[in-house]
Order: sequence, then C-alpha cells, then structure tokens
Amino acid sequence: MVHSRKALYLASVAFAASASLASAEGVEVLHWWTSGGEAAALNVLKEDLAGQGIGWEDMPVAGGGGEAASTTLKARVASGNPPDAAQLLGMALQEWAAEGSLGNLNAVAEANDWDSVVPASLKALATYEGNWVGVPVNIHRPNWLWINAEVFEANDLTPPTTWDEFNTVAAQLQDLGITPLAHGGQPWQDATIFDDVVLGMGGADFYRDAIHNLDPEALGSDTMVAVFDQMRTIRGFVDENFSGRDWNLATAMLMDGEAGMQLMGDWAKGEITRAGLTPGKDILCVPAPSTTGSYLFISDYFAAFNVSEDEKASQEALAASILAPGFQEAFNLVKGSIPARTDVSVGEFDACGQRAAADLKEAQENNTLVGSLAHGTAQTSAVQRAIFDVVTEHFNSDMSSEDAVEELQIAVESASY
Amino acid sequence: MPSSLHNPGKSIRGGVQDFLPRLVLSPTIALTLVFTYGFILFTTYLSFSNSGMLPSYDLVGWANYTRLFKLRAWSIATTNLLIFGVLYIGICAVLGLLLAILLDQRIRAEGFIRTVYLYPMALSFIVTGVAWKWILDPGIGLEAVMHDWGFTSFQFRWIKDRDMAIYTIVIAAVWQTSGFVMATFLAGLRGIDREMLHAAEVDGASTFALYRRIVIPQLRPAFLSAFVVLAHMAIKSYDLVIALTNGGPGISTEMPATFMYSYTFTRNQMGVGAASAEIMLLTIVAIIVPYLWSELRGNKQ
Repeated sequence: MVHSRKALYLASVAFAASASLASAEGVEVLHWWTSGGEAAALNVLKEDLAGQGIGWEDMPVAGGGGEAASTTLKARVASGNPPDAAQLLGMALQEWAAEGSLGNLNAVAEANDWDSVVPASLKALATYEGNWVGVPVNIHRPNWLWINAEVFEANDLTPPTTWDEFNTVAAQLQDLGITPLAHGGQPWQDATIFDDVVLGMGGADFYRDAIHNLDPEALGSDTMVAVFDQMRTIRGFVDENFSGRDWNLATAMLMDGEAGMQLMGDWAKGEITRAGLTPGKDILCVPAPSTTGSYLFISDYFAAFNVSEDEKASQEALAASILAPGFQEAFNLVKGSIPARTDVSVGEFDACGQRAAADLKEAQENNTLVGSLAHGTAQTSAVQRAIFDVVTEHFNSDMSSEDAVEELQIAVESASY
Repeated sequence: MPSSLHNPGKSIRGGVQDFLPRLVLSPTIALTLVFTYGFILFTTYLSFSNSGMLPSYDLVGWANYTRLFKLRAWSIATTNLLIFGVLYIGICAVLGLLLAILLDQRIRAEGFIRTVYLYPMALSFIVTGVAWKWILDPGIGLEAVMHDWGFTSFQFRWIKDRDMAIYTIVIAAVWQTSGFVMATFLAGLRGIDREMLHAAEVDGASTFALYRRIVIPQLRPAFLSAFVVLAHMAIKSYDLVIALTNGGPGISTEMPATFMYSYTFTRNQMGVGAASAEIMLLTIVAIIVPYLWSELRGNKQ
C-alpha cells in the first residue's frame, strides 16, 4: 500500500505510453509479477509468443498483492480501453465476469481440451455461466507449516500434525526461549492463519459452508468459537514485535532459528532458496496442523477482456501458450507454485513442490480442494475484507471468541448485499 | 494586470492585454471546474448509487449512508479523526506559538534555527511516516537504542499498542507541521506594532500580561489561517497513516481517508466509499466556509 500511490502514478504514465501504442501488433498484458524470479518466469511466455510472431506489450504494475494493479485495471476498463489480458485472482475474475467485461475463450479451451486437464475447483473460477473467461497459470498452496529443521532436531521435537500437537510443541519452544511462530501482523497474514485454523478444526466441508457459502449456522457455530479460541492461543506464540512485520522478515526469523515455525504459503520457498537453504531439508514443509489431506489453493488467472476481432487471435494464442504443458513446467519451477493442469510432470520440482502435487491429486479425489479466503479465492473482496477486519481485530485485542463470532456474522451480513 | 490602467479599445495592445489574462486563466478554470467541481458532483451522485467495483448509475437513496454509519471501521475512523484532530491542532498551535515567541526574542542565528524548525514541512508525509515508524519500532528504534545504552527498563511501544497507536500518528504529524505553525505565528508577531508594546511596558505591564492581553489577541488571524490549514490536513491525512501504521495494529488507526480509499478501491464498495468521501467533504466545508465568509466580509468593510 505504501507504494500504491507511486504505482498509480507509474501506471498512469504507462497508460499514456501504451495508449499511443494501441495500434501495434501484440498482446497487452497487465500483471504484478515484477520481482526477479517472476519476471524471469514471464520471459518464458514472451519468448514462446515471439516464436509465434506475437509481440508482448508489458504492463507491469508493481505491488505484491496486486492492489495497485487492480486500481489501474479499473481505470482502464472504465475508460473503455481494457488490456487484452490481466492477471487476477479467482474471485476477482468472477467479479469482472459479472460486470460483463470479459470475453470468452471457449474455442481455445475446446481445442486444447482444458476441461479434462484443469482441476474442477480451478475451472469453477475460470468459467462464468459455462464460458471460459480466463486461464489459470499456477496453483499455490497457502496451508503450509514451515519448520526450522535444525531447531527441531536440536531440541528433539517432532513436526506437529494437529493443532493440539502444535500447541504442545509451541509451548516447548517458548520454554526454550525460541519464538514458536514467526508471524507478521498484517491483515492478510492473520487471515492466512485463520484459513488454516478454520480448515484444520472444521474440515473442508465446514470451510466450504462457513467461508464459501457464508452459511449463518456454520459462521455462528461452536466450531467457529473454537477456531477463535485457537487463534487466541496462537496469539500467545508470536513475539512482541509482530505487528506490521512483512512476511519475508518473518521467514527470515524462521531461517535464523530465532523462530521455530511459520504458517505461510509456498511462495516462502523463494526466500528460502535465495538464502541458500533447501526447502524440505533445512526448512521442512508440512501441511498446516490438522489440514493434512485437505488442500487450500490460490491460482493466478489471466482474464480475457473483451477485445476487438483482430486482437482476438493474439489473445487466444496467449491463452493457449499459458496452459501449454511446456510453459506450465518452466514457469512454475521458477515461481515456486505447481502447474495448473494435472498432467504435467513434476519430477524436476523440489520436495515441497512434489508433495504439493501429490497432495493436490489426493485432495481432488476426496473433494477437499478448497479456495483460500485470505488470497482472494473464496469471496468477493467486500466480504473478504470484512472477515479480515474481524479476524485481525480479534487477533490484536482481547476480544472474546464469542464476541468475535458475533462480529463475524454482522460483518459478513453487512458486506454481502 | 488590470486593463483599467490603460486605455482599452484604442489600441490592439490594449485589446490583447484585456484578452490575454482571460486566455491564460481559462484552461485552469476549465480544469478546476471539471476535475474539482465536476468530480465532486460525480462523487455525490455515486454516493447515492449502488456502485460496486465500477461506477453504476442506479440510485439507491440513502442506503450507502445508512450502511456507512453502521460500520465499525467507520466509527473507529471518525473517533480517531476526533482524537487526532483535536490533539494535532491543539499541540501544533501551542508548540508553534511557543517557538514563535521564543524566536521573536531577537536571538542570534534566528534564520538558521527557523529553517531547522521549518524543514520537516519540506518532507513528504510518506518520508515522515517511514522515519517515525523506524524510530518508534521497539525492535530497532528508540526502545532498542535505550536498551543498548543500558536503560533496560525503558519501554515505549505505543506503535504496537492498539489503544496508543493513534497517538504515534499525532507525534509524527506534530513534528512535521509545528514548524509551519511557528512560521505563521512569527509572521503575525512581526506585524504587531512595537509602539503599542512599548506603551504597555511604560504603563508597567508584565511580560505575561503583555502577551496575554496584547500580543496573542492580535495573532487571531494567524491562528485562524493555521487552524484552517491544519484542520483540512487532519481530515485528509492518508499517507502518514499508511506509512506509519497502515491502519494497524488491527484496524485501530483507521482514518476517514484510509477508509475511503479501501472501500472505494480495494473492497469494491464504491458507493460506501463515495458516501464517506462526502462526509469528509462536508466536514471540511463546515470549517472552510465560515472562514471564507468571515474573510470576505472582512475585506468588504
């Protein structure tokens, strides 16, 4: 957010520049993948398209979660000049489709048989009223627990698999003077933990009822009270200075051994490898407590906006290239996620990536693959942020679990109209 | 340049001089009309519409305002504005007056000191926010330094405390602006007739009485303009909050401007965001209009 104003300014400059290029050949793609690895991953796509004679008009808008990009996108669409494709998270794709701003990719989908290779939960978000409106790029998993192997070995601790075990291990770490959980007090990070706790304590069906369907009974249930109780317990396991900390600094605490564990998505692997450590060996990855067998997911999509007939061909070529197996493997190896189609070999991936791919398959069979609330894959942003408000306020205050559940119901009700 | 100085209609030059100012000013006026007043009207319209992610033109009456005043985040934001506004304006005014009076004692190196106090004003609020965020962070800032120096009992963790965090924004904002208030008051002090002060001194008035009865009452216009500037800065404050606390811990330092941005642009509830912008506008209007009215009336007399 700090950068949002600057980004907005840069975006408007980029907009002015791109408007004058609008007649040039090629696809214009709005995205927020600006960090080194992400940019390198996108290069794979650019070269692929260049091989087909299609130019690439880059329109990057920096800012991790894509908030600035989303503001820019709104301005572009409102002015009647949308990009050919824009990076969006699942629910945003649905929101744009509901506004009637998206075209469809049915022809490409049929030609490449997307229906049989894209997991059903991803497909549900990429299609609107039966039409393919976007193309999934990757699958991230936010419900990981990262563990400093050295700290655990030295103190003879076992990675926890349930929340009860987690509480025991965390208490032991605390007694040893080690911060049990590296955490940054930002609403989305608090919500990432909340996701894990809801899924862990209630299971995938409860998660769907409460978070996806906003079923008042599930939201007001005793399970939800227990969820907030566990959140309160977790609050006791973070250090004093957690408030406002960025997630990568929390990951650094974990790698230094200052903290024993972190609940974070698989993008943490980027930080871990950059520090010269091996994910799965130096920093262990296990599913977040009590969520083994379930799979929370986030997918980045490229949304296909309504474009003129002569731009349609390059838009379709872009979509086809994105979901092509070769690109899926090359891109996701660099990005730290796993491919958005199930028929790509993951032999090259690290231990955590391979585990993710195997777990994904299992979750798909058991119908326990669910979209993450914290990362825009479960609710519209209005409802999502309303839940964030309650979760983060509860986490930062001494609000009782019963009050939090009541606040949650009020917040959800007033945000979904 | 007023054309009445010349004799218009007689020469082409006169005609041009009559016409040129209007020509030069017209783009500015047009831009202001469209981008300020036009968009005020547009926002007003949106606040009565069911706009979500994008503007929509279906009117829903007062629904957005009703929703707005039911939202916890908004009541937190308005309470924070009240706390922040009162303390910010109050402390800035007192501190600014004190500094101005001290600087007015014909001291050495006055120009240098004045510049030192005024300099924070030249910084952007983002810079101020980031710098104070580091200073106030117990892990790396003031508290850490004091601990390193051996004062291990020293504690200052307001920025991590949801009840106190709003006061850290006051601290940073006062640091930024009190120099400006000082300059305003200093200009006012310099405008006071020395003869009057001498006369009072001759009559045996104490220094305290001098300031209380003669100097400070005469600073009324300076105080009024400082108040108007500070009040609208308080209501608009956005960047400082974003840089310093980003609304946290939790949502304890939410302010109307951060609320407006988040509802309009990230939460896709543009109608509610527009309604909150209207409330902010009305608050500013309530302060500025009486001020302008008294100013304009004063000029006529």
